[in-house]
Amino acid sequence: MAAIERPFSARLFRRLAALLGGVFAAAGAHAVDLPEDRAELLYHSYTGGGVTANGPALLVRKSVMDKVSLQGSYYVDSVSNASIDVVTTASPYRERRTEYALTADYVYRDSQITLSTSSGKEPDYTANSFSFDVSQESFGGMTTTSLGFTRGTDTVGKHNSPEFADTAKHWQYRFGVTQILTKTWIASANFEAIADDGYLQSPYRVARVFGAAVPERDPRTRSSRAMKFRLLGDLGHRDAIRGEYRYFWDTWGIKAHTAELGYSRYFGDAILADTYVRYYTQTHALFYSDNAQQETTYVSRNRQLSSFNSIGLGGKIAYTVRKVPGRYEVKLNGGYQYVRFKFSDFTDVRTGNLYANNASVLQMFVSATF
Amino acid sequence: MNNHSLTTRRQLLQASAGTALALVAGRALPAIQPSATAPDFTLRTMGGPNMRLAEQRGRVVMINFWATWCGPCRQEMPQLSKIYDKYRGSGFVLMGVNVDDDVRNATEVAAKLAVSFPVLLDTDKTVSKLYDLTTMPSTVLVDRDGKVRYLHRGYLAGYEDTYEKQVRELLK
Amino acid sequence: MSARRFFIVGTLLALAALSGCAIQPWVKPYERERLADPIMSFSRGSLAEKHNEHVRNVREGARGATGVQGGGCGCN
Repeated sequence: MAAIERPFSARLFRRLAALLGGVFAAAGAHAVDLPEDRAELLYHSYTGGGVTANGPALLVRKSVMDKVSLQGSYYVDSVSNASIDVVTTASPYRERRTEYALTADYVYRDSQITLSTSSGKEPDYTANSFSFDVSQESFGGMTTTSLGFTRGTDTVGKHNSPEFADTAKHWQYRFGVTQILTKTWIASANFEAIADDGYLQSPYRVARVFGAAVPERDPRTRSSRAMKFRLLGDLGHRDAIRGEYRYFWDTWGIKAHTAELGYSRYFGDAILADTYVRYYTQTHALFYSDNAQQETTYVSRNRQLSSFNSIGLGGKIAYTVRKVPGRYEVKLNGGYQYVRFKFSDFTDVRTGNLYANNASVLQMFVSATF
Repeated sequence: MNNHSLTTRRQLLQASAGTALALVAGRALPAIQPSATAPDFTLRTMGGPNMRLAEQRGRVVMINFWATWCGPCRQEMPQLSKIYDKYRGSGFVLMGVNVDDDVRNATEVAAKLAVSFPVLLDTDKTVSKLYDLTTMPSTVLVDRDGKVRYLHRGYLAGYEDTYEKQVRELLK
Repeated sequence: MSARRFFIVGTLLALAALSGCAIQPWVKPYERERLADPIMSFSRGSLAEKHNEHVRNVREGARGATGVQGGGCGCN
């Protein structure tokens, strides 16, 4: 409701509250906007290391009665897998994953509440999840604090093995703070803890023990933490620079560092271009081994759990095709990323050398805000 | 020892009360208080000539602070245009104070939204500071005697009905 | 005795410092023009970002704290 003539007690309260670091003093009728209405149609493609995964995706978001914003999305991944694992231990396959998600956002004064649910299905795996997020602005709108929770339940199956059935459960807890530092710089810190319980491996992947192929055995629980810090600044020439760092650690012994540096710039009225470089490095999981020389309870040769690093270079362009300020805006977008993976303790059994591969990620989409 | 502790305790109490009072009084009173005179200002309008608040004495004035980059501001403007058109003949003035850094953006958006009321340019934010704005948009209603009567922070659909009600009340 | 006095003076100084130190938001709402630009947001909320996140979750051992709101895919 609008702030009308304020009674004395309210004014005194606000004056007192102002002393608490100005946290409540600047409370306005509302400071958070509902997310913009939009629609997006995307074509995505990943090619690398023998795997190609591509498909369309669709997103539509619409606000209802100025109070709630609803979003529906549909995402398809057609995977053709002839990766090194598959090629050396099994035979190439194709499968299709479809994911539906529904999100509802509700804004009240300085807070935003988001509820979302998603369901992904592929022939041998279904994943369902439910999320709840709250974000709150304070300190004159300069600080935004957010908390979130996701609960996921998966059902794992195996091709041509109807007797195989297992489940996996996931819990994610998120906490983040975004702070406006100056008129042109903002920073954020995010923390996320994830706990998994159940069947966390792949029924098709094999590990190598004393040179022989053995079905992999991963622990049935995993608990991980990640901390990320980001900084974003306006450089004054219609451009901005961004840096971020994330540290990850978990109970499987993996420690990972991610660092990213990005630069964005407007060209004319219609083009926004981004470019970035991303470096990622991780240490291997405790039970990971390229060729285990002892019997252990858990063993895995999943190269995603090995020691490796990757460097990625990417660029994006958004071209505004048509813009009517305050009414709608249509953009054509394209993004491309080139990543090089280098493994330190995973060998290509075909050659005996340490494995390395390149990957290309391509995204093309049309987006409209209205 | 007894004497000393009594003095100390009293001193401590007095000092705490004094500090508490200092804390309470320490924050400067905000410039905009209902029933206080609206701070006077003069700004250049988009059309060219200057416009001064004090010269509007005798008329009901609505001062609306807006910016092109503020979504709710853009939503509010057509509603304000309607109110202006309806009551301008009865002694109502609407001053749309724009706080964009670049005047060209303001001109473009004001034209696209077909704004009928005068748009004043506060590029160096002096009037925004004077009025100690805490939200964008902010709307101040000033009565015929130059006193601030209503203060609205932000905009949500439906506020324009409250604006109209208050304008009619002040026009009486 | 002198310790008590020191404590009292110290507390008063701290309270006095606090009274002068009521921090106000230093970037006013009418100064947020640069920050309102889409170039100055950490996330543009698109499907493309979600796809990037998915690719990274599958290819890397690390996950989380990305700021992209996701569910679980957990695809093998």
